Amino acid sequence: MHTSQTNNPVEFFSKNGVIYITLSGDVLTYNVEKDLQKINEPAQAEVLKIVFMPDGLKAWDSSLILLVYEVVRIAKNKGIEVDLSKLPQNLQDLVNMAFEVDRKPEHKSSSIGGLLEIIGSVTIGLYRAVSGFLNFLGAITLGLGRFLSFRSIMRGTDFCAALEDCGPKALAIVSLISFLVGLILAFVGAVQLQTFGAQIYVASLVTVGMCRIMGAIMVGIIMAGRTGSAYAATIGTMQVNEELDALQTMGLSQIDFLVMPRLLALILAMPILTMLADFMGMVGGAFVGVFLMGLPYQEYWKYAFNAFTLNNFLVGIFHGFCFGIIIALCGCYSGLNCGRDADSVGVATTRSVVYAIVWMIVVTGIITVICQEVGI
Amino acid sequence: MSKTVAINVKGLSVGYGDYVLLHDADYQVNKGDIFIIMGGSGCGKSSMLRVLTGLLPPLKGEVVINDVDMINGKPRDVQKIREKSGILYQSGALFSSMTLAENIMLPMQQYSDYSPATMRELAGLKLALVGLKGFDDFYPSEISGGMKKRAGLARALALDPDIVYFDEPSAGLDPISSHNLDELIIELNRSLGTTIVVVTHELASIFAIGNNSIFLDAASKTILARGDPKELLKNPPNKTVYEFLTRGEKK
Ligand SMILES: Nc1ncnc2c1ncn2[C@@H]1O[C@H](COP(=O)(O)OP(=O)(O)OP(=O)(O)O)[C@@H](O)[C@H]1O
Ligand SMILES: [Mg+2]
Repeated sequence: MHTSQTNNPVEFFSKNGVIYITLSGDVLTYNVEKDLQKINEPAQAEVLKIVFMPDGLKAWDSSLILLVYEVVRIAKNKGIEVDLSKLPQNLQDLVNMAFEVDRKPEHKSSSIGGLLEIIGSVTIGLYRAVSGFLNFLGAITLGLGRFLSFRSIMRGTDFCAALEDCGPKALAIVSLISFLVGLILAFVGAVQLQTFGAQIYVASLVTVGMCRIMGAIMVGIIMAGRTGSAYAATIGTMQVNEELDALQTMGLSQIDFLVMPRLLALILAMPILTMLADFMGMVGGAFVGVFLMGLPYQEYWKYAFNAFTLNNFLVGIFHGFCFGIIIALCGCYSGLNCGRDADSVGVATTRSVVYAIVWMIVVTGIITVICQEVGI
Repeated sequence: MSKTVAINVKGLSVGYGDYVLLHDADYQVNKGDIFIIMGGSGCGKSSMLRVLTGLLPPLKGEVVINDVDMINGKPRDVQKIREKSGILYQSGALFSSMTLAENIMLPMQQYSDYSPATMRELAGLKLALVGLKGFDDFYPSEISGGMKKRAGLARALALDPDIVYFDEPSAGLDPISSHNLDELIIELNRSLGTTIVVVTHELASIFAIGNNSIFLDAASKTILARGDPKELLKNPPNKTVYEFLTRGEKK
């Protein structure tokens, strides 16, 4: 290393309205901000010309290109002449290349306009979303019609694959979670009921709670997370890979081909999974009742079965059925409306889960109110 | 000049919303042509192809294919034309849940009356035609990018199409595979009389296969040149086209 060059490889001095920028030694990974400030200083307003003096220049890298590029850019804005002629030819070429523009981007519609514009675009967005979803529902109805009249092009193997995925493969997780929920329900209930000496009614509490609603809700949340999101991701990826375009140009219905097998599989699987969840929840409750609270085994099950009513059970199953439809529709709709890059697949997946959970809660509310009115 | 017209495009504007890529384009593709759509990156070649294949509605104008108005015509007629066109997507767009043979049989099951056994044989034949003999039972994830592209072509050929569209057929292929694909395109065109529309900026392919072309220009949003690419190279109508066809030699 040279020891004589104690100072900067880039030096500025000005004389008679001309700024000389001398370059010496190695200009490598050089930080340019300070130098650029010097040129930008208002005191330099009367500068007429900038000259690069690369006499002692040895090695250089992109940081020097950046320096020259920025100097030229600032100078252009201020109408100052820059003399690059002494710089190495390849460096001059690179700088010139950076200034070449074939075409400026002309559209980027993301400017945030006034309040009216925001209201307008939100309204249009809402309108598109609602009409898009209604169209989708219409298409699903037609698809169901085709299925029931044996004109659907749905492939049996797709249906079986979807069914396997949301049936047998979901058993373990559904069992585990509902067992734990039954357990928790029993614990929480036990503490309250003990104060009345009515521990045995834990059995009734768990049975009613699981069968009427908790079983279906837990299955719904699990399946929205594991199956609905998978639908969105699979179909969204098909969009990215142009597979949806291929289907469309072949004139094959995306509904029949992609949505129907998934929808039917979930409609079939959800009620069954709900039954399993009900049962496992009751087992969880019994676990707490019998082993931790010391209630007699037979007594516990007697109370549990006494609390079991067909109405509650069927309402729970009906919830499961509705949730199945909601999860499948939200998953498939998000997937089909996915953008064309990897990011949008993530967005579609998130959306499918959020929409599904929101709609499940809305539908639960509606069913609960109706049951209340009818008196079930 | 008594060739019959396969694709007739009149006053076509292509774009997204109020972002216009191309104004009032007119051109014809004759039956049996190998027609090249070329132009710089981002000038709207893929978008043009999406309009021709009905995936993107045009801003205005007409696309008439074999005397059927593809934009406003009866859905049934449009569907007939679609059945008779094959498309090779940039990525192949094979359905990942199906084997190659199943991919090829899918359009046949939908639109033809072949027996299942014949379909299977035909799928094998199409695969053999594109050099993938014996790959019937492979899944798309089990073959290479170039092979996917050829399998995609086999699927595009499933229904013996009148017109085949290619989006950047040679992108991502090595020079030899790319050359072989060109040969395949020429062979298809010669032996079956298939009309072929290719979007590409691979100069070697443009000169090797094209016998008619349009050159799209982003700056002027018009068709800047048209005709046989080899003629365009001999008599370039302007600087942009010349630079494009000579890989940027300044005139
Ligand atoms: N879905 C879309 N929405 C809005 N603009 C789009 C969309 N798709 C493409 N564009 C714009 O249209 C222009 C042309 O895109 P297109 O894909 O047709 O170009 P291309 O000619 O095929 O380019 P390349 O040769 O690089 O593939 C681009 O500038 C792009 O920004
Ligand atoms: Mg493209």
